[in-house]
Amino acid sequence: MVKVCQSTIIDAPVDEVWAILRDFNGHDRWHPAIAFSEIEGGDPADAVGAVRHFRLADGGELREQLLALSDKDHRLSYCLLEAPLPLMGYVASVRLKPVTDGNATFWEWRSEFHPPAHRRDELVRLVAEGIYQAGFAAVRSLLRRGNLGTPVEARPSRAVAAAMPSASVPRVVSTLAPGQAATTRAIVVGRYGGPEELQLREIALPQPAPNEVQIRHTVIGVNFIDVYCRTGFFDLLQPPGVPGMEAAGVIAAVGPAVSGFSVGDRVAYACPPVGAYAERRNMAPELLVHLSDDIPDEIAAAGLLKGVAASFLLHDVHVVKRGDIVLIHAAAGGIGQLLVQWARHLGATVIATVSSDDKARIVERLGAHHAIVYSRENFAEAVMRLTGGMGANIAYDAVGNDTFAGSLAALAVRGHLVSFGQASGPVGNWDIGRFASRSLTISRPNYAHYTDTPEKLAPHVGRFFQALRQGVVRVEAPTRYDLANAADAHRDLESRRTTGALVLLP
Amino acid sequence: MTKVYVSSVIPAPAAEVWKLVRNFNGLPGWAPFVVESRIEQNAQADQIGCIRSFTLKDGGRIRERLLALSDYDLSCSYAILESPMAVENYVATLSLTPITDGNLTLAEWQAEFDCAPDREAALMHQIGHGVFQTALTALKHRFGR
Repeated sequence: MVKVCQSTIIDAPVDEVWAILRDFNGHDRWHPAIAFSEIEGGDPADAVGAVRHFRLADGGELREQLLALSDKDHRLSYCLLEAPLPLMGYVASVRLKPVTDGNATFWEWRSEFHPPAHRRDELVRLVAEGIYQAGFAAVRSLLRRGNLGTPVEARPSRAVAAAMPSASVPRVVSTLAPGQAATTRAIVVGRYGGPEELQLREIALPQPAPNEVQIRHTVIGVNFIDVYCRTGFFDLLQPPGVPGMEAAGVIAAVGPAVSGFSVGDRVAYACPPVGAYAERRNMAPELLVHLSDDIPDEIAAAGLLKGVAASFLLHDVHVVKRGDIVLIHAAAGGIGQLLVQWARHLGATVIATVSSDDKARIVERLGAHHAIVYSRENFAEAVMRLTGGMGANIAYDAVGNDTFAGSLAALAVRGHLVSFGQASGPVGNWDIGRFASRSLTISRPNYAHYTDTPEKLAPHVGRFFQALRQGVVRVEAPTRYDLANAADAHRDLESRRTTGALVLLP
Repeated sequence: MTKVYVSSVIPAPAAEVWKLVRNFNGLPGWAPFVVESRIEQNAQADQIGCIRSFTLKDGGRIRERLLALSDYDLSCSYAILESPMAVENYVATLSLTPITDGNLTLAEWQAEFDCAPDREAALMHQIGHGVFQTALTALKHRFGR
C-alpha cells in the first residue's frame, strides 16, 4: 500500500474552488490529461455512487465511482473501477479548507493504492505529479483566466464562479417564470441511422445546475459533424440524444455558481456536448461566446463552428503564407467558402474544386483563382496543369474517400494534406511509405483538440469575428429550415445540394 | 453552540512549526498577548490533563486544560477552565497540515463554546480575530513573513 498526498494553496475563495471540484463530471473541463468525460447511465454527477467514464488525452479510458461527497466539509472521495494502469485498490479524496486570513483555499488531494512493486516509484510520481500537481496548476490557471478582463466578443467565459457574491463579478440568479413548462421541443436521435431518425419530441428540461446556464436558442447551426453524430461515426452522441453543437441565443437562466453571464445576454457556441437541436438547453458556460451587437445571431449560428475551424485550419494546422498554392475541396460548402475567402486574403493562390458550374461561379466570386468542376475533369491533373507541374503546397480535404487519393496526387514536394472530414466515406488504409516519394505530410485534425478549452478557443473566435468585421470573410445568409424539419436539412446537406450554411429555426 | 474558525498559511515546514506550537507551556514565546505561563502542579507540558495558567498583557488570567495532543496529526486540543471571557464549554483545537506545494503549513485554529446570545458576536470577534488570528499572524512573522 502506498499513500500519496499533495496539497497546495489556491488564491480564490473556497466556494469558488469547490464549485469546480465538486462537479464529478467536470474534470475534463480543467484537467489537461482528460479529454472527455461522462456519467454512466445518466445519473446526476453529484449522486453518490455515480460512475464517471472518461478518456485521457492519450486515449486511455478510465471509470471512477463517487464514494462520498460533502458540501459541508468540501470533501469528496472516489475509487477507480477500471484503468489502463495497475493502480489496484485506488481510493482518493479531495478536500478543501478555507484560509480565512486572505480568502484563499487549502486543497489537499490524497490517495492510497497497491502498485506492483517494480512500478511503485513510477506510479507514485504519475499520481502525485501527472494527476494532482497538474490538476492544481490547471485549476489555478482556470481561475486566473476567469479573473482577467478579455475582449467581450472573444470571451469564452469562465466555467465557475463565486458562490458568494463578489463586488467585481456581477451575478444574476434567475429561475424560469412560474408556469413555464419544464419541457422543451427538441430533435432526438433514438438510434443511429439515416435522417429519418431525427424526430421532433418534447423532452424534459430541468433547471440549470449551479454551474450551468440555460440558453433559449434563436438560431441553430447545422454541420456535417451532426451527420456523423447521427450515424454513430462519432460517439459524441449516445442515443437517445439531441444532436447539434452550434447555436446562437439568449441566456434564459443562470445557475448560482456561474458568473460572467446574465439573463438576456446574447451568446453563441460551437462545441460539444451535443444538444443544440432544441428550443432550449442547459450547458456549462465555459465555451460560450458573448456576441457583440455587430454580429447577428444568424451569422453566429451559421458561421461560428465553421469560422473557428477555418481559423485553426489556416493558422494552426498549417500556417498559410503569401504565395502558397492552396487546394480547397467542397469549396462552395460552409467551411469551404470561408477557407477560399480567407486563404485568398492571406495571399495564397486558391484552387477550388466544386461539383457544378453554378458552384464554380460562387467560389470565383468569393475569390478563388481557379475553380475545377471535379465531375468533369480530373482535379489532380488540373492542379498540375495550373501550377506548371509543381502541385499544391496544401490541400484542405473534407470530402474523404472520393478525393483523398487525388489530393495526394495534387500535392507538391513537401506538400501537406489536411484531411478534416469524410463526407463521401472514410479514406481507408494507406501505406505511409508511399508518401516518401514527395515527402508529404498528412494531418487529421479533430475540432475538439483545437477548441476544447477557453484558452484554445478564444484566439480563433477573436480572429474569426475580426475577419467578419473587416470583411475578410463573409458568411452568406444561410438556408433556413424549421427545427421540426431537421431531417430535410440533413438530407440536403448529405446530397450536396446545398451551398453555404444551413440553420434550424426553433 | 458557537463556532469560530481561523486559518493561515505559515511559511515553514509543518514539523518546524509544530516544534514551537506543541509546547503547551510555550505561548509567551510566540503569542504576543501572553506575558507569562506555567504548568500547574509541576506537570509536564505534554501530559494530557495538565493545566496551563497564563497571564495576558492586559493582566487577565486564563487556565486551560490539555485535552489531546497528537504528534501524528499535529494537533492540540484544550478546554478553558477559567477566563475573563464569559464563555462556557469552551474547547479549542490548533492543528497543522503540511502543504506539499512549497513546503508550507496550513495552521487552523477552531473553538466551540456557549455564551449569552448578546455577547456572541463580540466574543466571536475577540476570539477569532483578537486571539487566534493575532497569534497566527505572529507565527507567520516569526517564520519570516
